[in-house]
Amino acid sequence: MSTAIMTMPATAQAPPLATHSAISCRGVTKEFVAGDTRVRALDGIDLELPAGELALLVGPSGCGKTTLISIVAGLLEPTRGEVSVLGTNLTRISGGQKVDFRGKNIGFVFQQYNLLPALTAAENVAVPLIIARHPRHQAVARARNLLEQVGLADRTESLPTQLSGGQQQRVAIARALIHEPRLLVCDEPTAALDAHAGQTVMELIRKVAVQPDRAVIVVTHDSRVYGFGDRIVSMTDGKIDKIEIQNGKSR
Amino acid sequence: MNWIAFKMLTGDRMKYIGIIFGITFASLLIAQQMSIFVGLMRNTISQIRDIEGAEIWVMDPNMQFVDDVKPLNDDDLYRVRGVEGVAWAVKLYKNIARARFDDGNFQQCIILGLDDDTMVGAPREILVGSLADLRKPDAVIMDEAGFKYLWPNEPLGVGKTFEMNDRRAVIVGICKASQTFQTFPILYTRYSQATLFVPRERKVMSFVLAQNDPNVPAHEVCDRIRAQTGLAAHTRDDFAWKTINYYLSRTGIPVNFGITVALGFIVGSAIAGQTFYLFTIENLKQFGSLKAMGVSNTRLVGMILLQAMVVGTIGYGLGIGLAALFGEVAQRSSHTLAFFMPWHVPMLTAIAVLAIITLASLISIRRVLVLEPAMVFRG
Repeated sequence: MSTAIMTMPATAQAPPLATHSAISCRGVTKEFVAGDTRVRALDGIDLELPAGELALLVGPSGCGKTTLISIVAGLLEPTRGEVSVLGTNLTRISGGQKVDFRGKNIGFVFQQYNLLPALTAAENVAVPLIIARHPRHQAVARARNLLEQVGLADRTESLPTQLSGGQQQRVAIARALIHEPRLLVCDEPTAALDAHAGQTVMELIRKVAVQPDRAVIVVTHDSRVYGFGDRIVSMTDGKIDKIEIQNGKSR
Repeated sequence: MNWIAFKMLTGDRMKYIGIIFGITFASLLIAQQMSIFVGLMRNTISQIRDIEGAEIWVMDPNMQFVDDVKPLNDDDLYRVRGVEGVAWAVKLYKNIARARFDDGNFQQCIILGLDDDTMVGAPREILVGSLADLRKPDAVIMDEAGFKYLWPNEPLGVGKTFEMNDRRAVIVGICKASQTFQTFPILYTRYSQATLFVPRERKVMSFVLAQNDPNVPAHEVCDRIRAQTGLAAHTRDDFAWKTINYYLSRTGIPVNFGITVALGFIVGSAIAGQTFYLFTIENLKQFGSLKAMGVSNTRLVGMILLQAMVVGTIGYGLGIGLAALFGEVAQRSSHTLAFFMPWHVPMLTAIAVLAIITLASLISIRRVLVLEPAMVFRG
C-alpha cells in the first residue's frame, strides 16, 4: 500500500468497524413501478460483508446487482428492509446526510470511468477532495502523488481523451481512493477493457484498495476476474443464491 | 466546485462558443435595435435640443409635436411677455421651405427664423463663417449634414446661393446641428428673413420662446402662461417628451422596433437556451457522477448558475461592444443613421440577457435536480 494513501487525513464520520460489518442488509427489497407494472428488482436480500475483503457481486444481467450496490452506496432507497453501511443505517438518515455520507465514506469506480473530459488526469483524481472543500492546489498535488502509485506518473496532465481505457480506469480508481473512503464500490470496472487491461485494473484494485478497514465491493460479469475476490456473492432474480468464500467454503 | 464548473463549461470549446454566440447575437440585436429606436426618437426632438437659451416653449394649444406647427398671432408674444414670472420672451419661426438650386433641383429644407434682435436659438457651433453674418441680406446658415447632402463632393464653404419662394438665399455659414427625423437640411436665418422664404400666411409666428424668472420655477410659469393666455406652454423637457409620446402613440415605429427586439430576444433565447440545455444534457453523466460522489443539489445548481453567468456576462459584453462599434462605424460612414445608446439601453439589454440565461439555466437545473444519481451505474 502506498505511503500517500496511508497518510491521508481521515475524513470519514462513520464509527470504527471493529464492532460492525462493513455492509449489512436485512430483508432489502426494491420494487420499481412503471404505470401499472410493478417490478421487483431485489427480493428480501440479507447480506453481511466484512471490511478488509474484496467482495465480488456476480450474476446474469437483470438479476439486481446494480440495484443492490446503488442501495448500498446510498444512491437508491430500498422499498423495504434496512441497510447499514459502516455502522450507519442509511434508511434512517436524510437525503442531505446521505449525500454527505457518500462524499466522505464511499469511493466509486464506474464502468465507463465517468471522468470529467475537461479536466486532466490529476484534476479528475482531485475531484473528491475538491468536493470536500480541500484547497485545489493541495488536492491536485496529492492526486499527482496517487497517480504515481497507480502507474500514471507520466500522464498526470493528460486529458481523458488522451488516455487508453485501462489508463482511464486507473485514473478512476485513484479518484475513488484519494479521499480514503471506507467503502469502495466498483461497477463492472473491467467491462469496457480488454482482457489484459482488465487484469491490470483488478490487480490494482486488489493491491491499493483492499485495506483492513475498507470494504471493497465489485460488480462484475467477467468470470476471468473471479479469482481476485475474497468472497463471491452470486445473485439470480433479485435474490442471493450463493455466497462463496475463496478458501473453498461456500454457503 | 466553481473551478470544476468553469472547466466543464470551457472544456467543450464549440458548445462554449455556441452559447456565447447565442447570447452575443441576442445582446447585439436587442441593443442595436433599441439604440436605433432611441436615436430615431431623439431625432424627432432635435430642434428642441438644439434651440438653447429658452426654457419655455409657448405654442398653439392644439399642437401635438414640434413639427405640427399651428401659427400664433403676433400679439401672443406680448401676452406672454405680460405674464408674471416671464423674464423675457422672443418669437421663433419654423417651417418647411422649398429651395430651388441653379441646376433646377429642388430640396425641402427646415427653416428656423430666429428673433432678429437677440438671435435666441442660434446654432451653438459654427464651422464656417460667423453668426454675425446672419444679419446680412438674404443670409442663411446651413447645417453641415445638409451642405454635404446637397454638395457631396465639395468642401464646406460660404457663398452658395439658391432660391426659396422666388427669393435669393446666400449661405453665410455652416453649423453643427442635430440630425432631424426628416433628414432635411436645416437653415437658420433671421425671423424677418424667414417669413419671406415661405409663401405668406395670415399668421406667421410658430412659437414663443420664453425664459422664467430665476425665482419662479419654469413649470409654474408655464401654468401661468396657460391660464392667462389660453396658449400651450411647456418646458423644454416636457415639450420633448410630448413630441416623443406623439411618435410613440401615433406611428408604428415602436411596434416595428419592438418586434425586432422581441425577435432578438426569442432567437437569442432559443440559441443560448438550446445550446446550454444540450450542454447540460451531454454533461448529465458527469453531473450524476458528482452527485454520487457527494455533491449536493445546491452546489450543482450553483455550478450551473455560475456557468450561465459566465456565458451571459461574456455574451452580453461582446453584444454591447459590437452594438456600440456598429453605431460608431455606421455613424461615421453615414449622417442619416439614427443611433444613440444611453445607459438605459445596456441596462435593458442586461435585463434581457439575465432573463435569457435564467430561462436557459432553469431548464438545465430542473434536469439536474431530478437526476437520479444511481443512473451513473447504467452503462
